[in-house]
Amino acid sequence: MSDIAERVQKITVEHLDVDASKVEPKASFIDDLGADSLDIVELVMAFEEEFDIEIPDDAAETIQTVGDAIKFIEERKK
Amino acid sequence: MFDLSGRKALVTGATGGIGGAVARALHAQGATVALSGTRAEKLEGLASELGERVFVVPANLSDMDAAEGLPGQAAEAMGGLDVLVANAGVTRDNLMMRMKPEDFDAVIDVNLRATWRMSKACLRGMMKARHGRIIAVSSVVGTTGNPGQTNYAASKAGLTGMIKSLAAEVASRGITANLIAPGFIATPMTDVLTDDQKAKIDDTIPAGRMGTPGEIAAAAVFLASDEAAYVTGSTIHVNGGMAMV
Repeated sequence: MSDIAERVQKITVEHLDVDASKVEPKASFIDDLGADSLDIVELVMAFEEEFDIEIPDDAAETIQTVGDAIKFIEERKK
Repeated sequence: MFDLSGRKALVTGATGGIGGAVARALHAQGATVALSGTRAEKLEGLASELGERVFVVPANLSDMDAAEGLPGQAAEAMGGLDVLVANAGVTRDNLMMRMKPEDFDAVIDVNLRATWRMSKACLRGMMKARHGRIIAVSSVVGTTGNPGQTNYAASKAGLTGMIKSLAAEVASRGITANLIAPGFIATPMTDVLTDDQKAKIDDTIPAGRMGTPGEIAAAAVFLASDEAAYVTGSTIHVNGGMAMV
């Protein structure tokens, strides 16, 4: 697992209080990990701080799965 | 009860009768306060009266960027922000037939749009802290309506809808959002009324008198306190029984 993927997993586990094994790239934050819309807002805030990036609202809306988040952040950090 | 030691509160419109009383009361309960208003000199006067645990952050809330930036400035000055008391408000009364669109817009800008901007700017920090108090000062006329105040009443009713919606959004994060709706309160604004006018007003109030700014401040202290953690989306009407809603 890449460094970014590991950090995304760690933050997701902390914020959503879920088992790390469930936090796989294809897992949907809402459908599989039990997040609500406010949880997503908080996760995005946490990703922004962890990776020192800005995730605009329209981009945040496209982040549905753990993989989406990893992909978005990897592209920003290139 | 109602100990606010360690809490950090931003009060807008602190140059006014109600805002000044709210700032004093929160401060007296132990809170650190950031005083905002348009008249820096008057804010400095209140700040020197309060002594410690007080900061001055002037802002013109008809400027939306200033409104959005204000909570951040206050948080920086105080080292955090737990309580927002959005009290600043303006009136531009006239019958609708005579009211200019600019008079409507100007009142909506300061009373409603700026409060939305400030509330939004508070949320990130409050969500992280899992604690926050957003208190908007509304008005009895937001519920009852009042001739000559289509703009003002709309702005205050708008606050009610906004605060209730926000309360529902963030309740799970330990943040409450509430309103205080004053009736007639004796302030420099009502000092200009003649004795005859004042007597007529008193006749419409079951309590037989206008309220004091301190009686509004008491409601603010309650809503800001830990004891009010389970009160959210509510309006505390402080109006001497003038409108029982």
